[in-house]
Amino acid sequence: MAYSFPEEVLEHVFSFLSSDKDRNSVSLVCKSWYEIERWCRRRIFVGNCYAVSPGIVIRRFPEVRAVEMKGKPHFADFNLVPEGWGGYVYPWIAAMSAAYPLLEEIKLKRMVVTDECLELISKSFKNFKVLVLSSCEGFTTDGLASIAANCRHLRELDLRESEVEDLSGHWLSHFPDNCTSLVSLNMSCLGSEVSFSALERLVARSPNLRTLRLNRAVPLEKLANLIRRAPQLVELGTGAYSAEIRSDILLNLTEAFSACKQLKGLSGFWDVVPAYLPAMYSVCSGITSLNLSYATIQSFDLVKLVTQCRNLQRLWVLDYIEDSGLEALASSCKDLQELRVFPSDPFGAEPNVSLTEQGLVSVSKGCPKLQSVLYFCRQMSNAALISIAKNRPKMVRFRLCIIEPRAPDYLTLEPLDAGFGAIVENCKELRRLSLSGLLTDRVFKYIGTHAKKLEMLSIAFAGDSDLGLHHVLSGCESLRKLEIRDCPFGDKALLANAAKLETMRSLWMSSCSVSYGACKLLGQKMPRLNVEVIDERGPPDSRPDSCPVERLYVYRTVAGRRIDMPGFVWTMDDEDSGLRFS
Amino acid sequence: MDLNLKATELRLGLPGSDEPAEQLQSSSSHVKNNKRSCSEIDGSCQKQESGAPAQKAQVVGWPPVRSYRKNVMEQQKKPESDGSGFVKVSMDGAPYLRKIDLKLYKNYFDLLKALENLFKCTIGVYSEREGYNGSEYAPTYEDKDGDWMLVGDVPWDMFITSCKRLRIMKGSEAKGLGCL
Repeated sequence: MAYSFPEEVLEHVFSFLSSDKDRNSVSLVCKSWYEIERWCRRRIFVGNCYAVSPGIVIRRFPEVRAVEMKGKPHFADFNLVPEGWGGYVYPWIAAMSAAYPLLEEIKLKRMVVTDECLELISKSFKNFKVLVLSSCEGFTTDGLASIAANCRHLRELDLRESEVEDLSGHWLSHFPDNCTSLVSLNMSCLGSEVSFSALERLVARSPNLRTLRLNRAVPLEKLANLIRRAPQLVELGTGAYSAEIRSDILLNLTEAFSACKQLKGLSGFWDVVPAYLPAMYSVCSGITSLNLSYATIQSFDLVKLVTQCRNLQRLWVLDYIEDSGLEALASSCKDLQELRVFPSDPFGAEPNVSLTEQGLVSVSKGCPKLQSVLYFCRQMSNAALISIAKNRPKMVRFRLCIIEPRAPDYLTLEPLDAGFGAIVENCKELRRLSLSGLLTDRVFKYIGTHAKKLEMLSIAFAGDSDLGLHHVLSGCESLRKLEIRDCPFGDKALLANAAKLETMRSLWMSSCSVSYGACKLLGQKMPRLNVEVIDERGPPDSRPDSCPVERLYVYRTVAGRRIDMPGFVWTMDDEDSGLRFS
Repeated sequence: MDLNLKATELRLGLPGSDEPAEQLQSSSSHVKNNKRSCSEIDGSCQKQESGAPAQKAQVVGWPPVRSYRKNVMEQQKKPESDGSGFVKVSMDGAPYLRKIDLKLYKNYFDLLKALENLFKCTIGVYSEREGYNGSEYAPTYEDKDGDWMLVGDVPWDMFITSCKRLRIMKGSEAKGLGCL
């Protein structure tokens, strides 16, 4: 005799499943599980806002409390996506304001958010708690004022790296006096000064405040008073870290820091005056995350600070740290998991600091837990890459940017195929990889053969022919996102692997050799893909079919073609092909 | 099959365009501060050609550094760092430049004495109101933002971290700096 669990029991069991993958699997078991699951799913993640429509999401999941969504392709960060391309969140907010009155969280990345959106959010969701806008744009501080004024239970307001039109710092004063729920505030991307007394009072009445990231305009002399009111802080982003050298300021700051026993993360540090760094020494032993990527101080000052942070897990720093500093890091910080080294002078013709491949090799040797790397440098060798690969087989994210495009192994003048080949062969858990330097089709053969867990691959100025692209598309089983610029990849590989594109989130190709004709063909062949040509030279129709397109963005979708495309984006699909069957 | 060699030609710039690679726009935003700079005071004060280090033709979006970071780095350009604090010193009328190590000096007095020695000139005494008015020469420096400033206005420690190079201006040209 077969009988089933009552719905409530199943629902209770499902409530322990937080991963989308698991919930999706559960939905496929049978119709009744699908039904039960969809009514109790509270969090949704939409990796590409154009892959699905608000209507479809709302219809399937009626009781959502938290939405996370991404818009523009990653290369938008580097100005490769023209202004006005899309990624508008308004239609989503409008639909959700009606359908999800109990919505509590909205997290967006690379989307266009207007003041209208922010006002709508602040007025539609009575229980709204969390707003994270990562690399977003389109709004002003007036929109922030609406959020501050109307969201009575706001816990998190995080504007990380967004482009905000800064009309004034007055928005912060809109937090009502009875708002005491704040847990996290990140305003580091804002330019204007906020009213310091309003900020002080806000901090003082927020006993649950754990994360406070100030903007550059908050002066160092005032930092101590702020920190004093929030000794429970776990993450602090300073403002400008400079002031006249005065012993009273230093003493004040030192005392304030020493009261913060829970501090684990530090960031900010614009305009650092080294004399004030010792104020932080008392907290260094507890620090696990340190972002010094705006701190233009020399290696010896960086080393003095970093080597005191024995429990450091994550370090973001400028290349001023140099090879010697990285060697010191490798000796002192044995728990290091993530290292990002940014270039201080990316456009200079000559190196301005002594940072080479050696620094990265030292860290890979000395830090057994290193698994995530972003490294800008000016020279690399196959030997170094092979060494790194052998030292750290558990590497998960490896992003190397050799500043000069197509730079060969500086010792042998050969391509860096062997080096990156070693990376993918040894690091079997690798999920993200960014390539640079001189690379032939061979490196792509290695990647296709070995990088079976690779989910995201970024390629620039590499490869010889379509074979390169073909190796990647046919070999990388877990590939979800592929972004390519300035490579001689064209029609053959793309069309031969069209089906693969439906298993991925998206493909970006710019300044490659994909012809308009091939784009049209791809669009016709694959109705469940949106094949979008981005071309600022005018309609692709006005040029021969064999002419390569400027940019191509292909993504899977169940929502059909976009309806909000600007004049320089064209969708390739049956409607345009002229191959209609009556 | 049309090989379309032109499209695969190794070059900088977008396919279909024959123009040289676009120049990236540099940041136009500046951090507000309270410094007095010579260009604010007197329009006749000439900005010295600072001879920015050679830049290559820039490819759009390469290297992959986000705009915010690029802008911040532009604003915070470090003084010449060969690890020692050496900066170039030029004097109007002198045939060649000299280099001094700022780290060797403890205060403005020591620095000015050293400069007077190096160039065999008299610089005189600094006053907040008059600058170096009355003396034959006035010491100026280029700061991190690229502005030309009068030596002596800011505290010594702030000066040595922001000074990129020095220029000893002839008194007659420096008149603009002295009068506020």
